[in-house]
Amino acid sequence: MEILRDLFRDYRFTTAFVIFCVLLFLVVLSFFSPYDPQRMYQTQRGRPPSLRHLLGTTWLGQDVFWQLTFAIRNSLLIALVASLVSRLIATLVGMIAGYKGGVVDRILMSLGDTTLVLPSLIVFVLFSVILRDWVKNFVNLGLLLAFFAWAWDARVIRSQVLSLRERDFTFVAQLSGTRTFGLVTKEYFPFLLPIIFTTFINNMHWAIGMEIFLAYLGLGIDPTVPTIGTMLQAAIYRQAFFLGLWWWLVTPIALALLVFIALYWLSLSLSEYLDPRARIQRIGLQE
Amino acid sequence: MSFIRGYLLPRAIQYVLVTFLGLTAAFVLPRLMPINPIQQRIAQYQSFGVYIPPEQRDVMIRTLKELYGLEGTLFEQYIAFWKRLLRGDFGPSLAQFPTPVMELVSRHLPWTLGLLALTTLLGWVFGTIVGGVAGYYARSRWAKILDGIAMLVRPIPYYILSLLLLLLLAYVFPIFPLGGGAAVGVQLALNLQTIWSILRHAALPALTLIIAGGVTHFQAMKLIVQGVRAEDYVTYAKAAGIDERRVVFRYVIRNAMLPTVTQLGLSFGFVFSGALITEMVFAYPGIGWVLYNAVMNGDYNLIMAIACISVVAITTSVFILDLLYPLVDPRVRYR
Repeated sequence: MEILRDLFRDYRFTTAFVIFCVLLFLVVLSFFSPYDPQRMYQTQRGRPPSLRHLLGTTWLGQDVFWQLTFAIRNSLLIALVASLVSRLIATLVGMIAGYKGGVVDRILMSLGDTTLVLPSLIVFVLFSVILRDWVKNFVNLGLLLAFFAWAWDARVIRSQVLSLRERDFTFVAQLSGTRTFGLVTKEYFPFLLPIIFTTFINNMHWAIGMEIFLAYLGLGIDPTVPTIGTMLQAAIYRQAFFLGLWWWLVTPIALALLVFIALYWLSLSLSEYLDPRARIQRIGLQE
Repeated sequence: MSFIRGYLLPRAIQYVLVTFLGLTAAFVLPRLMPINPIQQRIAQYQSFGVYIPPEQRDVMIRTLKELYGLEGTLFEQYIAFWKRLLRGDFGPSLAQFPTPVMELVSRHLPWTLGLLALTTLLGWVFGTIVGGVAGYYARSRWAKILDGIAMLVRPIPYYILSLLLLLLLAYVFPIFPLGGGAAVGVQLALNLQTIWSILRHAALPALTLIIAGGVTHFQAMKLIVQGVRAEDYVTYAKAAGIDERRVVFRYVIRNAMLPTVTQLGLSFGFVFSGALITEMVFAYPGIGWVLYNAVMNGDYNLIMAIACISVVAITTSVFILDLLYPLVDPRVRYR
């Protein structure tokens, strides 16, 4: 509770929290949608926002508001899959490389460096063209994204483990006969949790962005599944702005902006909270 | 000696290894694509209304395979790939046959390089200077306003930012053209009209990249300057009665700039990706736009050439930076 009170003092955390509450509410609403929002000609075409259709309807006769609720759900799901899996890989690789050291460390790190150095954008475009059918499922898309998102964070976790290994409590634990597995999971893991948590949020940010980018190129997830990216792509592809249906195009852009800003502010306020030096620097020492 | 063995050699080996792996990936990946360029070509002929009898079809497939460098086993193709790569020859483009890929790349590369060099530099200069001054006067109101704006703009990815600018400054307020590199029908010659047209078309993509890059440098520089500002020598300089503007620009910003120089180099890879995305949104005739079309057309050779060039460019720049790092920052000891 103390922690929460401190966090809510940061206006960025409060804003992000409110945005997420609204988004979660919309996700819950998506389960009560009166009809499938992707079905065409369900409603009148190209209606401006009104009480009946809160955010208007598309040129294809779909209700933008209900599409929006589904898009949030699917985009967040993709991001969750990608970040969970990549956190798992990063933590495992970082712990093993940091604790074992030697050849294992070098092999794992150069593997990670290779995925870091390759121009990720071009690689992504290539992969999603090659695996076009496989990537259409959002779990698979999340897995593909996760595969390229662990390397940097594994490096951070590894360096943390390297420094933990030199601390006294490690020797105490080793001398008192704690197994390596127990030592790493019980003693080291609490130290790593803050890193894992903040990088998790950053990773979600990146995954949602990548999904939008791939959908923008007509790649990635199945275009009939509503996500932020496919909503945007549909509006651009059908020339929503020339048709005068600005609500169709502005809704996904505004949603994307909200999600990105909320995630960024959340990660910023949390990492500042966890790293007091940054907090002091922000507030300034001499008042 | 210890520098070469302890620092240079491991990094050189890693550089060669990573480049080799990256280039091999660039060879293998396009060949796994479901788009078959030969079938596509034949389908294209048929859509023109050309009737191809079955026996001629086989001849045609063989001829096209030979032309495209797709004959032989995968291993033979791989050897041929390296031979041609070392000569800097990537074969003909498959979608715009028989134009050599290198000609397409060298035709569009200047657009990307010009845009990239200009925006990287401008974004860095603006971000560093404004960030430096804002970091020094962090308490003032306008520094806080700038900080707030940076907090809002920073999390927006390149494509959303370019879309926003496109909507605002080309649709809603039609100040700038919608896309392309120059007005339709303008001959690329050295006269005022051409240059004006090119500048006007480059304005929006450039603005996107400058804003995105500038905000990153602004935030980094502001944090560093806030740290430097608290150092004793700054207090001493102020106590000695030195003009404050001189303190800001001569002592604080200059000392804080060192890490941002390396940051400029490191961000190059990200800026490169960002430039590709921005080009796609604005249909700006650079490498990103060519890549987009190549992926859509299943143009193996062109994708491969662009992937190879970017792999080599990025690994080389990281390698050079690694070598320069101990020179720039003496705290990084080579081990």
